[in-house]
Amino acid sequence: MRLAVNNVSVEVAEAAADTTLLQYLRSQQNLMGTKEGCASGDCGACTVLVGRRSADTLVYSTVNACICPLGSLRDCHIVTVEGLSAGAETLHPVQAAMVECNGSQCGFCTPGFVVSLAGLQLAGGTELADADIAVQRAAVIDAISGNLCRCTGYRPIIDAGLSSLKKPACVASFVQNWVPDAPLTGTAAELASSGHRNLSDGVSNYRQPDTEAALQRLLGEYPEARLVAGGTDLMLEVTQQYKTLAQLIDLNRIESLSTIHIANDEIVLGAAASYSAIEKALHKISPEFVALLARLGSRQIRNRGTLGGNICNASPIADAPPYLLVMDAELEILNSKGDSRRELLTHFYRDYKKTTLGADEYLARIRIARAQLARPLKLFKITKRYEDDISAVMGAFCWSGKATNEFKIAFGGMAAIPKRAGATEQFLSNANWYVTGDVDEDILAQACDLLRSEFSPLSDVRASAAYRMVMACNLLKKACYEFAAEASGKVIEERLFNHA
Amino acid sequence: MRRIVVNSELSPAVNKGTAIGGVGHSIAHESAHKHVRGTAEYVDDLPLLPGTLFVATGQSSKPHARIRALDLSAVKSAPGVIDVIVQSDIPGKVDVAPVYSGDPLLAGDLVEFIGQPIFAVAATSFAAAQRAALLAKIDYEELPAQLTVEDSLAAQSFVLPQHQLLLGEPDANIESAPHQLSGEIYVRGQEHFYLEGQISEARLTEDGGIHVISSSQHPTEIQKLVAEVLAIPLHLVIAEVRRMGGGFGGKESQAAPLACIAALFAQRNRRPVRYRMPRRDDMIQTGKRHDFLNRWKAGFDANGKLLGVDMLLAGKCGFSPDLSEGIVDRAMFHADNSYFLNNARILGLRCKTHTVSNTAFRGFGGPKGMMAIETLLEDIARALGKDPLDIRKANLYCEGSDETPYGQKIEQHVLPVLIERLEKSSGYRARRIAITEFNSTHRTLKKGIALTPVKFGISFTAKHLNQAGALLQIYTDGSLLINHGGTEMGQGLYTKIQQIVASAFGVSVSRVMVSSTRTDKVPNTSPTAASSGTDLNGMAAKDACDKIKADLICFACDHFQITAEQIHFNNDVVVLGDQELDFPAFIKLAYLNRVALSATGHYRTPKIFYDRAAAKGQPFLYFANGAAVSEITLDCLTGEYKVERVDILHDVGKSLNPAIDIGQIEGGFIQGMGWLTTEELLWDEKGRIISNSPANYKIPTAFDVPEIFNVELFDEPNLENTIHLSKAVGEPPLMLAISVWAALRDACSSITNYQFSPRLDTPATPERVYWALQECVAFNKAAATERKS
Repeated sequence: MRLAVNNVSVEVAEAAADTTLLQYLRSQQNLMGTKEGCASGDCGACTVLVGRRSADTLVYSTVNACICPLGSLRDCHIVTVEGLSAGAETLHPVQAAMVECNGSQCGFCTPGFVVSLAGLQLAGGTELADADIAVQRAAVIDAISGNLCRCTGYRPIIDAGLSSLKKPACVASFVQNWVPDAPLTGTAAELASSGHRNLSDGVSNYRQPDTEAALQRLLGEYPEARLVAGGTDLMLEVTQQYKTLAQLIDLNRIESLSTIHIANDEIVLGAAASYSAIEKALHKISPEFVALLARLGSRQIRNRGTLGGNICNASPIADAPPYLLVMDAELEILNSKGDSRRELLTHFYRDYKKTTLGADEYLARIRIARAQLARPLKLFKITKRYEDDISAVMGAFCWSGKATNEFKIAFGGMAAIPKRAGATEQFLSNANWYVTGDVDEDILAQACDLLRSEFSPLSDVRASAAYRMVMACNLLKKACYEFAAEASGKVIEERLFNHA
Repeated sequence: MRRIVVNSELSPAVNKGTAIGGVGHSIAHESAHKHVRGTAEYVDDLPLLPGTLFVATGQSSKPHARIRALDLSAVKSAPGVIDVIVQSDIPGKVDVAPVYSGDPLLAGDLVEFIGQPIFAVAATSFAAAQRAALLAKIDYEELPAQLTVEDSLAAQSFVLPQHQLLLGEPDANIESAPHQLSGEIYVRGQEHFYLEGQISEARLTEDGGIHVISSSQHPTEIQKLVAEVLAIPLHLVIAEVRRMGGGFGGKESQAAPLACIAALFAQRNRRPVRYRMPRRDDMIQTGKRHDFLNRWKAGFDANGKLLGVDMLLAGKCGFSPDLSEGIVDRAMFHADNSYFLNNARILGLRCKTHTVSNTAFRGFGGPKGMMAIETLLEDIARALGKDPLDIRKANLYCEGSDETPYGQKIEQHVLPVLIERLEKSSGYRARRIAITEFNSTHRTLKKGIALTPVKFGISFTAKHLNQAGALLQIYTDGSLLINHGGTEMGQGLYTKIQQIVASAFGVSVSRVMVSSTRTDKVPNTSPTAASSGTDLNGMAAKDACDKIKADLICFACDHFQITAEQIHFNNDVVVLGDQELDFPAFIKLAYLNRVALSATGHYRTPKIFYDRAAAKGQPFLYFANGAAVSEITLDCLTGEYKVERVDILHDVGKSLNPAIDIGQIEGGFIQGMGWLTTEELLWDEKGRIISNSPANYKIPTAFDVPEIFNVELFDEPNLENTIHLSKAVGEPPLMLAISVWAALRDACSSITNYQFSPRLDTPATPERVYWALQECVAFNKAAATERKS
């Protein structure tokens, strides 16, 4: 398998299917600037830039090398902290700004921050350079949302990010130097003729099909294989539990699985579309969901993690399912023979970590009706930490408006599966909870009683059962207050955070 | 030759030259360029020597048990495994405790916490070692386990005897006071979460000794323990530390077991050994900041002035003493924070629990003691209907009211002035009014504000540790190499030492190289801890500089027939009467004239002592001071909150490097904020730590940093003769974050119209804040009922 690292094209002759990019960089490439802080994608010390072919150019995004399967990087260009500066003397503008702003203390997290901020500069370009300070600050914080620093308190790092944003032209000259010594761009056919192969083709333990048909064949051929898209959860089995993933089938190169199609009547999200891609595509159509995504994982995680992974992993504390449940999202599922079936997400979850997905099936696409998307929606996520934290409770509330008064409610963190609150929905849909710009507190209290009868959450490291229960009720109230205020044209003042 | 003693008071011009980047300048961290390029080397970045083995440990799954049978056959036959050791394989001393005994390198028949290492595996790869370590079959006979402070108090089971401070007559004065209050708070510990996990590499030397390269704050202890475990003399062991990827106290005693196990495997197998703990093991197997249960009873007058305080501080030490003697002592020494208690009893207990042995963490007990008094003063303010700031100010140490419960008198009264300045610069009073107005017009959102001070004693409470050494070498090209006993963990110690040496010779900092801390260069070092790194090692480095300078001046007087007053070291030039020589040329000349160009320096802190039997003394040379104002907004429906603005004014004496000092203040503050807000250490009912990964233990991210974050230095020289009259800065700023917790409590209290202070244990997660709000709601209901009846 071929890829390029800091401009130099390399051929990976053989490696286990579950080899991570970090292991490869440190042990095969001797690139020690990329650090392991946690091996679980939580600290960002291993952040690198991955350039992927898009049309005829390479588009770079930051990823956590510690949980990124090496095999997924065929024909990609990896830029590590060592690759950012030009020669021994010249620092990349981000590196220079980090020195000037005293952005490093112990220095262990520093390469990760440098790479994250370099990625932001590259993506932001002159548009971000010209943006106002609030936009820039938000962008910097977003870019380093997956980077932990225990020494500095971040203030100088944020300053370094802001000051480096003013030097986009300078960055461009750095990127022009990023020309791998062998072509990584071109059509699939061109790449094929220039010798692109899967990792360990001889052993065929990491397969990266280009089409759904090929995927279906592989599913039949390797019934024991695990599917991997972002790998942001799966790879933890390797790095945290020291398990072996002997056979992997990677979904990243199948265009039909990562396409986001926005039609007049529905949107169709490829199951392997990354969160970052969804954020870009849906920011006008579903701003509430996009705002929630800003709190799902970190920028690095969202660059790799996929919506399909979030659904199929079937975690009761996944963030997207409550939203998709109130959207009445429909799943398009195929099997190894190419047979297709559709199922409402509401019916997909059977029990804790159990779904209706058969052994030879895969989730291909998620469909949401535009009519659903148009309805008022509230998404609230309760965590200990605002960014990159797993929900204690995640609440999704959708209301069709006072005329039709159809209420939909779903929660994460409240049951063994992401779950709709059917009885409460029905009660509110038939009750006059909305009274000219405000809520009827008695009716809301009854709705909360019902909610308590529908759920019996657990106590764990994230929250107590009692807090979860009272939060479910309070989030419902919060949603009702906001729906009521908006329905009468009032501005919502009492929000701590602008989103989710 | 005559010997000239260089004395800063007599001849400042001689002693301190102008140096580019010298003392007082905000130069960047000496490794900053290497940090940003990724070329700064940490232990795991060193090239692997051929045949290197990797280590993992087999861990107890019971909190307290006897091991009936240990079957390691599957471990030994696992792929890649080269060697497996248990306690009986240790040739020398089994106990690797830093002060008192109780920390076996590998458990023998008895295990005392979940995660305790029972055996260790060396294998040809990291993963092979990890996988093999899971294959042991262990038969346990479970014993009753005490898992909480309450369990320990009920059993009266402690790792060390209790200690008590007594000032005046607390009981009588509490009794006779116009007002009394009692209270309790549970303050949870903290995981260090240094970004670089624990790691050591051991290499054999040709003499049968060991060269250990470690991420440790205490190389001398590594050297000593490795020698003891291997039963070899100390001169056969070299411990080396170039830098750590963060320490925060977590690598003071906790780094040693890794070094010892790696060394033991290296000795047994005659191969290099690298032992790196994966993050999860690090979070399970290494000690953390102590939990503390604090209880108090106090008497005060109508103005809120304390008349007497009786306080209990019970630290959760875990299964062994480790450093808990000093930690609980320091909690006791800081239970007064900045306030005159008048009459006080402070009792410190060191609770034994069957959990990992807790250890040093920035502040070393100090933060826990301060939480008690800060809670108490707020409760007094609410009881009297006053602003907590006024109660805090009313109780500050001042002339006449200056005796601490341990008998030391406060001599430099920084805080009254400092607080006054911060109160004005932060607009505290106007913001207090605006916040009250905001709260009265908002249903869901409430704001809170608080100003809290910090007074932190500087010196090790273990007297013998207050010493340091340095080795300065000047080469014939005029370049200088300084070694000292301190370690670099990001705090900027090496940079400050570089500046101190550069200033001593009036040369640019670029002429001065600071290299790895090695026990074969500077012996018998103290841990880099207690904020003392620069105070001690800076003075030792300066002592070495002064010695060489004295010889150089002596030589120049003879050679150029001038007096010492005619010699100046400035801007890389040596002025010698009416002629000048470049520094390198002067050094070359000195060399040709056979002047010694290397010297060792030493420093011991004067004045300090502590009589443990009497519980009186002067444990600290001086105090570092500071104060912070924090403002928060919280959501009453959920308990979620946001820190909106922070203003800090902090006393570092005369700053050696303002940029580095401000970095310590900001970083310490945010780390302290994490401790008090989002970072929650939790164990399940079986004694298993469930906050065992960054996925469920949340340190602050950039988003959590207040957008308005003003930090200023209170630029007044130390009255004590410290290195260039600076003050230590490592730990004190952490406790400035108590203002965030106090602001949260203030916002909760607002819904009772500031009549009631709810209990708010820490960390004040959104959940805890929510329950505190519910306590306020209950208070309001009870008050309404009372009014009706």
